Amino acid sequence: MSGLAILIPVALLMGLIGLAVFFWAIRNNQFEDLDGAAQRILIEEEDETQ
Amino acid sequence: MNAVAPFHSGQSQSLVSRFAVPAIRCAGCISKIENGLNTDPGIISSRVNFSAKQVAVTHLPELDDHQLKGKIEALGFEVQILADNPLAEEKGSTGKLIRALAVAGFGMMNIMLLSVSVWSGATGVTRDLFHWLSALIAVPVIAYAGRPFFASAAMALRYGRTNMDVPISIGILLATGLSIYETATGGAHAYFDGAVMLLFFLLAGRVLDGMMRDRAREGIGALLKQTAPGAMVLADGGKTRWIASGALRPDMRMMVAAGESLAADGVIEAGASQFDCSLLTGESEPQPKGKGDRALAGTLNLSAPVTVRVTATGEDTTVADIARLMDEAGQRRSFYVRIADRAARFYAPVVHSLALLAFGYWMLAGAGWHQSLLIAVAVLIITCPCALGLAVPAAQVVASGALLRKGVMVKDGSALERLAEVDYALFDKTGTLTLGHPVPVNLDALSLAQKQITLALAQASRHPVSKGIRTALLALEIEPAALDDIQEVPGEGMTGSWGGVSVKLGKPEKSEDHLSSQLTVGSDTVLLQLQDDIRPDTTEAIAGLQALGLPASIISGDNVRSVAHVARAIGISAQASASPQDKVEAITRLTAGGRKVLMVGDGLNDGPALAAAHVSIAPGSASDVGQQAADAVFTSASLMPVTLSVKVARRTMQIVHQNFALAIGYNICAVPLALTGMVTPLIAAIAMSLSSLIVVGNALRLNGAAK
Repeated sequence: MSGLAILIPVALLMGLIGLAVFFWAIRNNQFEDLDGAAQRILIEEEDETQ
Repeated sequence: MNAVAPFHSGQSQSLVSRFAVPAIRCAGCISKIENGLNTDPGIISSRVNFSAKQVAVTHLPELDDHQLKGKIEALGFEVQILADNPLAEEKGSTGKLIRALAVAGFGMMNIMLLSVSVWSGATGVTRDLFHWLSALIAVPVIAYAGRPFFASAAMALRYGRTNMDVPISIGILLATGLSIYETATGGAHAYFDGAVMLLFFLLAGRVLDGMMRDRAREGIGALLKQTAPGAMVLADGGKTRWIASGALRPDMRMMVAAGESLAADGVIEAGASQFDCSLLTGESEPQPKGKGDRALAGTLNLSAPVTVRVTATGEDTTVADIARLMDEAGQRRSFYVRIADRAARFYAPVVHSLALLAFGYWMLAGAGWHQSLLIAVAVLIITCPCALGLAVPAAQVVASGALLRKGVMVKDGSALERLAEVDYALFDKTGTLTLGHPVPVNLDALSLAQKQITLALAQASRHPVSKGIRTALLALEIEPAALDDIQEVPGEGMTGSWGGVSVKLGKPEKSEDHLSSQLTVGSDTVLLQLQDDIRPDTTEAIAGLQALGLPASIISGDNVRSVAHVARAIGISAQASASPQDKVEAITRLTAGGRKVLMVGDGLNDGPALAAAHVSIAPGSASDVGQQAADAVFTSASLMPVTLSVKVARRTMQIVHQNFALAIGYNICAVPLALTGMVTPLIAAIAMSLSSLIVVGNALRLNGAAK
C-alpha cells in the first residue's frame, strides 16, 4: 500500500509531463511542416561561425 | 496576406507575407530560397513550409508583395502571392479537437490504470481511494475534452433540434454525475472510465473528420492562383503605381501588360489586344478588342499592353455578379443533413426512451431509485453512439486517403456522402472534358529550320495557340532560331526577321478555324493545325459513369461548333452557348425532375452551377472560383478520377451502412444485458472498445477501394 503513495503520483506526473510536452509542441508549430523537417536534415549548413 | 508582427528592434514594424511556390521539391530548393532571401537587407527572415509548398517572409514594410515576388522569381522559382485563403478559416477547430483528444487520452489511460485494480478486486478503502482519484482526473478532463460535444448539443437544443451530440452529452453528464455520487457514498461501481473512454473514441472520430477536411483544403489552397490582386495605375504626371484591387476606383486608368489579367471591369482607352475570356464565358476563342471595347475583370490580356479605364470595381464587376449567383445557388445545398445526424434523429429518441423505460420499470419493480438510475445510466453508456460516432468518419477518412493517392482531394465527408447519391452527370467542355490548351497535330510538316523559327516566334507570345506550339516544340528538344526584330501584331500574330528573310507566325489567311496557325518564311507558307485535346480516358470515364447508372451530358458556354465536335467524339448529348445562369437553370430543372446532379466544371462561369449541383468536382487546372465551389478537385490530366470518386463514394457508403449494422447489432446484444442490470463498468469498457475496434477495422478495408 505504501508503494501506491509514490507510484500513483509518479504515474500521473509522467502522464502530465507527456501532455504538457505535446501541447508545447502544438503551440510551437512542430507539426506544421513534417515533410520539410525530413528534408532539412539534408541541407548543408555553410559557415555558421562567420 | 499581410500580418503585422512586432519587429525585434522595437522601432519599426515588420510584415509577414506568404507566397505559394509549387516548385519546391527538395532540400536544395529550401536552402536556395531561404539563403537567397535572407541576404536581402529588407528581409528579416524567411521560412519555407515544404508540406504546404509555401514561403513565409518576414520583411520591412518598405518592400511590397510584388517586389518580394520578383525576388523569389529571381531565384528561379515560379511564385504566386497568397491572399487570405478563404478556405483556411476553419483550421483552428481541428487544433482544438486534437488538444481535447490528447487530454481525453491522458485521462483515459490513467483512469483505466486505477479501474483495472478496482476490477481485479480492490475493496474497501483502497477502492474508495481509487474512485476518488479517478473522479479527480475525470472531472477536469470531461470538462475540457467534452466541450465540443456540449457546445454542439446546446446549440442544437436551443433551436429545438437534436443531433448526435445530444445523447452523447446526456449520457456523459449523467454517467459522471452518478459516478461522483457513487464515489461519495462508497458505492461499488463508478463509470468514470466509461465516460472518458467514450469521449476519447468520439473525439478520435471528430479529429479524423477535421483532419480530412484540412488536408484537402490545404492541398486546394496551394493550388489556388490569385487572379489579378491589383493593377498598375497611371497617375497624374505619367507615373505608375501598384494599387490592390480592393482600392481601385472607377475612372482610374489601369496599364495592363500582355499576360496579365484584369482586376476590374473597364473600357479600353488605348491599344488593342486579344483577350482570353475562357474562364469567364467558356469560349475557347480569344476575343480581339480595341479602343472603346469593354473588357471584363478576370479575363487575360494576351498579346499587347493596353490602357483600360475602370468602369466597375469589386462588388460591381461581372465576376462579382457570378459570385453572388454562386452564393444563392450554394444556399440550397446547406440543407443537406449528414448521415450521422440523420441516424441520430432516430437513434436519440429510441435510446432515451429505452433508458427512461428501464428506469421506470425498475422503480416499479421495487429496485429503489438508486439502483434504477444506475441501470438507466448503464443503458445510456452502452448504447451511446460510440461506434456510430467513429463509424462514419473512419470510413470517410480511409476512403478520402485512398482517393488522395489517386489525385482526388475531397473537401469533406458530406461531399463523399452526396457523391454516392448522384444519378446524373453534367460536364463543362473547355478545360473539363478538354485539357483547355491547344496542342499542334501536324508538326511533322515542318522542317527542322522551320521548327526553330516557329519556336522563336511562339516563345515571344502569350496567345494560347503560341503556348501550345511552344510546349510541343520544347518537348521535341528544338532549339529556337536566332531572330531579329520580333514583334507582336495584335490580332495578326508574330513577325520577325531570320537572317534577312522576313518570317511570320500568325492567323492563317484561308482557314476560318481559330485553332490553327500559319508559318510564313519568305514566300513559303505552312499551315499548322492545333486541337484542344479531349482529356485522356474520357470515353472510358463516361462509359464507367454510365455503367454506374449515371447518364452524362455536356453544358458549355462555348460556340456550337466546338461543342458539337467534342460531343460527337465522346458520344453524349450537349447544350452549347450556355450562360452561367443557364447552367444553374439546367441543374434546377434536373433536380426538380428528381435527379441528383454531379457537376464537373472548371471555369468561373461554372462556379454557380458547381455550387447549385448536388455535388461537384473540378479539375486542378480550374479557376480559383471553380475550385472553391467544387466539393472535390482532381489533379490528373485523365478524367478517370471522376468515375473513380463516384465508385469509391458508393463503396464508402456501403461500409458506413455495414458499420451502422454492426453498431446496431452490438446494441441488440448489449442492451438486454444493460436493461437487466447486468452491465458493470468492466463489461461496458470491454464492449465499447471492442465495437469501436470492429468498426475501425471494417473501415480500413476501404484502403484498397481506389484501385
